[in-house]
Amino acid sequence: MNTSVATHDAEALVPVHVTVNGAPYGASVPARRLLSDFLRHDLRLTGTHVGCEHGVCGACTILLDGEPVRSCLMFAVQAVGHEVTTVEGCGTIESMGPVQQAFTECHGLQCGFCTPGFITTITAFLKENPAPTQDEAREAISGNLCRCTGYQNIVKSVLRAAEIAGEQAGKTR
Amino acid sequence: MTTKMFGAPIKRREDPRLVTGGGRYLDDLGHTAYEAAFVRSPHAHARIVDIDVTDALETPGLVGIWTHEDLDGPVGENLPLLIPHPALIAPATGFALAKDEVNHVGEAIVLVVAENRYAAEDAVARIRVDYDFLPVVVGLETARTAANLVHDHAPGNISAHLLQEVGDVETAMAGAPHRLSLDLAIERSACMPMEGKGVYARWDTDAEHLTLWSSTQTSTGVRAAVAARLGLPLAKVDCITPDVGGGFGVKIMHPWPEEVLIPWAARLLGHDVKWTEDRREHFISSAHERGQLQEVEVGFDDEGRVLALDVKFWHDNGAYTPYGIIVPIITATQLLGPYKPGAYRVEFWSMFTNTVLVTPYRGAGRPQGCFAMERTMDAIADYLGVDRAEVRSRNFILPEEMPYDHGLMFQDGRPLKYDSGDFPASLAKLKALVGWDDFAPYREQAASEGRRVGLGIGCYVEGTGVGPYEGAHVVIETSGRVNVATGLTTQGQGHQTAFAQIVADELGVPIETVHVTTGDTRRMAYAVGTFASRAAVMSGNAIALAARAAKAKALKIAADALEVSEDDLEIIDGVIGVKGLPEASMPIGTTAVLSNPLRYAFDEAAKAATQFAGTFDPDKPPVADDEEPGLEGKDFYSPTQATFANGMHAAIVETDPVTAEIKILRYCVIHDCGTMINPMIVEGQVHGGVAQGVGGALYERMVYDEFGQLLNASFMDFLIPYASEVPHVEADHLETPSPLNPLGIKGAGEAGCIPVSAVIASAIEDAEGFPITSMPISPGDLWELRQQHDRGELPSLRRTTAESAKEKS
Ligand code: FES
Ligand code: FES
Repeated sequence: MNTSVATHDAEALVPVHVTVNGAPYGASVPARRLLSDFLRHDLRLTGTHVGCEHGVCGACTILLDGEPVRSCLMFAVQAVGHEVTTVEGCGTIESMGPVQQAFTECHGLQCGFCTPGFITTITAFLKENPAPTQDEAREAISGNLCRCTGYQNIVKSVLRAAEIAGEQAGKTR
Repeated sequence: MTTKMFGAPIKRREDPRLVTGGGRYLDDLGHTAYEAAFVRSPHAHARIVDIDVTDALETPGLVGIWTHEDLDGPVGENLPLLIPHPALIAPATGFALAKDEVNHVGEAIVLVVAENRYAAEDAVARIRVDYDFLPVVVGLETARTAANLVHDHAPGNISAHLLQEVGDVETAMAGAPHRLSLDLAIERSACMPMEGKGVYARWDTDAEHLTLWSSTQTSTGVRAAVAARLGLPLAKVDCITPDVGGGFGVKIMHPWPEEVLIPWAARLLGHDVKWTEDRREHFISSAHERGQLQEVEVGFDDEGRVLALDVKFWHDNGAYTPYGIIVPIITATQLLGPYKPGAYRVEFWSMFTNTVLVTPYRGAGRPQGCFAMERTMDAIADYLGVDRAEVRSRNFILPEEMPYDHGLMFQDGRPLKYDSGDFPASLAKLKALVGWDDFAPYREQAASEGRRVGLGIGCYVEGTGVGPYEGAHVVIETSGRVNVATGLTTQGQGHQTAFAQIVADELGVPIETVHVTTGDTRRMAYAVGTFASRAAVMSGNAIALAARAAKAKALKIAADALEVSEDDLEIIDGVIGVKGLPEASMPIGTTAVLSNPLRYAFDEAAKAATQFAGTFDPDKPPVADDEEPGLEGKDFYSPTQATFANGMHAAIVETDPVTAEIKILRYCVIHDCGTMINPMIVEGQVHGGVAQGVGGALYERMVYDEFGQLLNASFMDFLIPYASEVPHVEADHLETPSPLNPLGIKGAGEAGCIPVSAVIASAIEDAEGFPITSMPISPGDLWELRQQHDRGELPSLRRTTAESAKEKS
């Protein structure tokens, strides 16, 4: 029963214009395109990962106007007119952001699959609470799943990131 | 002197890339590939009567639909039985697409390829499959009754039966002054890496060559399996493992149906095809583990020394046995832990059920074995009124008894012979760390505040670094860059750092110049895979040997060029110099130039090397008869047996007297994996293992209903612990080097999770005063046990009865 057939017409497309990591992006995508898929496959910003597609693991967390949201629970069209920040917008290899740097110092990752979601989450958290206690740090990451690290070094990374951010703020002041 | 890298907790070299979004996992590749989705069986046991794809043919974006009938040649045959065993009397493997019958919910029936995953799922939804239902077998108890069969060729639902005995258990048991028996149970759980499986295939029509990316723990295994199924010469297939988002065992199974079908479709279509597993697919069509029922009988003397240990267990292997009976064999052999019973008999039955198949999950049968043994140790201690740690130490194999041969056959078909370990020292460290001897006053203090606390302990031994071999290839470029390739794969273990540390030390080069590639068959075609805590042991040693070979060649060339003896040379920071003569030296890259006499000088390194070219001798060939051009080293490491790591854990838990909530207050680990390449990475492995162990002890279970539906197949309902549930781990190490390999390494990957269920059961039992015999345990379960205990259906521990008797008198 080889039922291979010719390709049919694709579905109707909607233009989507969003600001991602400070740069304007536009693409025409189906209305049902998830924001996570839009970022990953249309914009090819594959740093945002998908671990469950049902809003539980947090791997797909991005910042929407600075607030952490799960990009697997949003359609791309819902992001129109908003500012999206992904892990790629949190720093580069040459110039890592404080949270990224802290993760490398504290062995806050193993396979790295969950890491982008933690980095965006923690980045937003530290804006609200620049000097968290150990318990607050643990609480802050308690909505993201990691199967590798047992979280201990991620908690450490949160505290270290706060320190680094503090040092940097001190320098620029 | 170059700073010593081996043993240093240096930062991971892969991290800057991974934390900035630069990782490349399977689904980050192939943006223009067609995508696949599957019609999967919604029924646990049924005959396929008809498949109607008519409606689906109109789906926009559809490329093709295939069922089993369409699979030509070996692609349509039963998937391979990877690890046969004489005791596996009735093996069963499935098909890439189900043929006539399905045996668990989630089994793939129809392959759909479309322009993207959305369209593929649209088509899947429009395909109708008619089934004739067959009776469903779920759970070991049902399987044992054999009222219905999963496979007609497996009477009693038994796939395998194995009995091993050392000494005369019958006689030893009869002669033992005391005997106890225990009925124990462990439920199913699963690896659940954050990244599911995935396959991406690219067929090059011009070269007739298949390049395949898989989120696997064995690229060489996948390559060989796919080549065989597709009827391609090995030379026409390459398999590359990109960044992998965790494995924990499930990705060592191969070939998965998708690993065969995606390349097959790519070749057929002449177009890239990709499949990325979604979370529900991972729950219902990958693999689970752990489910066992156990019966233990133990005979012991007045001191608590085990004279006879008789264990029977039933292992749930799910619907198929492609990975053989590795898991129950490991349970049977590793159950013994650090102890030496007088006589030991173990008998197991591996059972078919209409559920997802079972293959190794981190620990691979050891958590179950450890649970049986450690529950037994606690029972003996309680029976005799002896301290639980003390009973254990009376049964320990002592350092002076090493190497210790148990007289059993291990999973690799070789003798179960411990190479080293100092169990009394580990126990002493653990007792000090957790404050074992000070727990009584702490408990009293807590009790006076109305709190209920308990202390638990668990010990294990883990055979790591099983063969057959791993290899490594070290190539030094003229720039001094060192390329290292080993065939096994990486799923977060930091191999790019740990292996580079080994090479930096062996060669005497800066670690920044060392670049490690894993899991790419183009770079190293001979490899086994990353499982059984073997990567550091196997590839670590192979890499050291290969680096030594490259170094020997570099020194020989340098000695010739500098006209000195090799013995007078040393390599520091990538420069080969004469000891005590700083001006006579050359960068290691220069020896790479000299090793490869070319007609053409095309770079600075080549020009620089001309000064060392030596005197021209027309009678000598440019490359000597016993030499090869290039500065390379290649070697393999193949040990005669596994090396045995060990550890001991203790935990303090608090149980809420009203709600039965269970909280881990402290978790302490003593871990001995021989010499450590990078203690930071080892510690990370321990943390992660403990977290998975905690999940298995308190939260994770696979809830199947009687119809074989997995009711909790999502992260919403399958409770992987978040940071709020995982305790802070206090870890300390003991380093008893392995005498078996050049680096003294033992494996560390699985250790953390092995004893956790045993430890938590021990601690809850200690807090509650009645035996805990089944894991995982939820607050609801504990509450139920309390009711049973109150009704007199569950006996109290002897020590609590003795205490209350003491209090009353
Ligand atoms: S992928 Fe979005 S929360 Fe898991
Ligand atoms: S580092 Fe692997 S899932 Fe978190």
